[in-house]
Amino acid sequence: MVTVTDSTQRRTPKAAKTTSVFKKAVMAISGIVLVLYLIAHMIGNLKAFAGADEFNHYSEWLRTIGNPALPGATALWLIRIVLLVAVVAHIWAAVSLWRQARNARPERYVTKKAVAQSYASRTMRWGGVIILAFVIFHILDLTLGAVNSEGRDGEPFDRMLASFQNPVVTIFYAISVILVGMHLRHGIWSATQTLGQSNRRREVTVNYAATAIATVLTIGFLLTPFSILFGLID
Amino acid sequence: MRSSVGDTGTGPEKRGMNLTLRVWRQQGPTVKGKMVTYKVTDISPDMSFLEMLDVLNEQLIMQGDDPVAFDHDCREGICGMCGVVINGEAHGPQQTTTCQLHMRSFKDGDSIDIEPWRASAFPIIKDLAVDRRALDRIIQAGGYISVPTGTAPEAHATPVPKKDADNAFDAATCIGCGACVAACPNASSMLFTAAKVTHLGLLPQGQPERNDRVVNMVAQQDREGFGGCTNIGECSAACPKGISMETISRLNHDLLGALRAGARPKS
Repeated sequence: MVTVTDSTQRRTPKAAKTTSVFKKAVMAISGIVLVLYLIAHMIGNLKAFAGADEFNHYSEWLRTIGNPALPGATALWLIRIVLLVAVVAHIWAAVSLWRQARNARPERYVTKKAVAQSYASRTMRWGGVIILAFVIFHILDLTLGAVNSEGRDGEPFDRMLASFQNPVVTIFYAISVILVGMHLRHGIWSATQTLGQSNRRREVTVNYAATAIATVLTIGFLLTPFSILFGLID
Repeated sequence: MRSSVGDTGTGPEKRGMNLTLRVWRQQGPTVKGKMVTYKVTDISPDMSFLEMLDVLNEQLIMQGDDPVAFDHDCREGICGMCGVVINGEAHGPQQTTTCQLHMRSFKDGDSIDIEPWRASAFPIIKDLAVDRRALDRIIQAGGYISVPTGTAPEAHATPVPKKDADNAFDAATCIGCGACVAACPNASSMLFTAAKVTHLGLLPQGQPERNDRVVNMVAQQDREGFGGCTNIGECSAACPKGISMETISRLNHDLLGALRAGARPKS
């Protein structure tokens, strides 16, 4: 069989500006920063079980870390800047790779069967978009108090109660946290691969660790809002 | 009496299978294609998938129709020339090449969808035949070692640890069929490139060009318009040679090391 293509019909390859693997590494490292933050955030949330005073005191401490050497909320703002950079980098890499993947297969299969992919890996992109929407709502609700009935001047503990006593908010929160859990299930494994730290021997361990971290974080984040919803914390 | 002297014990007499095929027909690279339905009858379960397509083509030629174009060469599972997506799976339901897939993997009355590899880097030439020269250009970008030819050197002059030799050989079994690209949700050629980077990077002869190789091969695969890897694993599950995801981790490790060491892709 002759397999000849007219050279004029080949699309001119675009110059690769930044390699896709570099973008993946940016995604992995920013992801690790965000996972570390999530662990600290979860521990903070669980302080709700220690009572209003303890929780509010913890919140106050976050705003005064390093005082008086560091003035005011310097440390908190440093953390916020690092997080913002990580989130922007993560989204930039994701959008850029998403676009590259879309261009790589303009005509879809009529029939396509998934053989190896997990549900978690399939929800990375749209799951990520939903998580972003949630994070924006979450900051408006509990950091800025803009959409919270206690408003900006309420105590952190009271704002949290006001938020999670509303079942709609709690359900949105739960869906988002479960999506975060699935995002981490695939993300932790993928980051290990991307940073070149996986191999055939470690693969099983890495996957178990990814599931374990994702599960612990998901449960840890769900405990507080559901305890509030069911009146265990008030 | 259920058995008689003449019963050979092979069970009911095997009859050929009747199948409905939905095949992607596309006249040329720039023409729009579509799925066309054909019937084939009396297909032996011992036929290979390609032999079944041969039967279809003979039928089409007899009717005065255009036969279905598909790539094939050795039909022994070692050349990497054949490959179509069968019922949504690259090379079909068995982890082997299309030529080594046999019709016993299907049942009488089955409907089978047959499509080409789909990726912008693999433009369709006609029907099921795609242009995979993008993979050749990735090889040209660094998938080689520069050594003078001549008499073979003494085999014991360069010792290779057994483990490295085994892993390099596993990676070297890649036949470049492109099933990894076809199966990947991102149409990424990562498993192919990773197999080549692993194969050469684990051996002493591959060391001098190791950094440049990985940087240039990855840059070329991006230039060709393949997608990026998201470590989903469809590639490895579809690979007729079972190349493992470990090779991708090794490519990433090599690439990040090479970038840190200052290696940059040739433009």
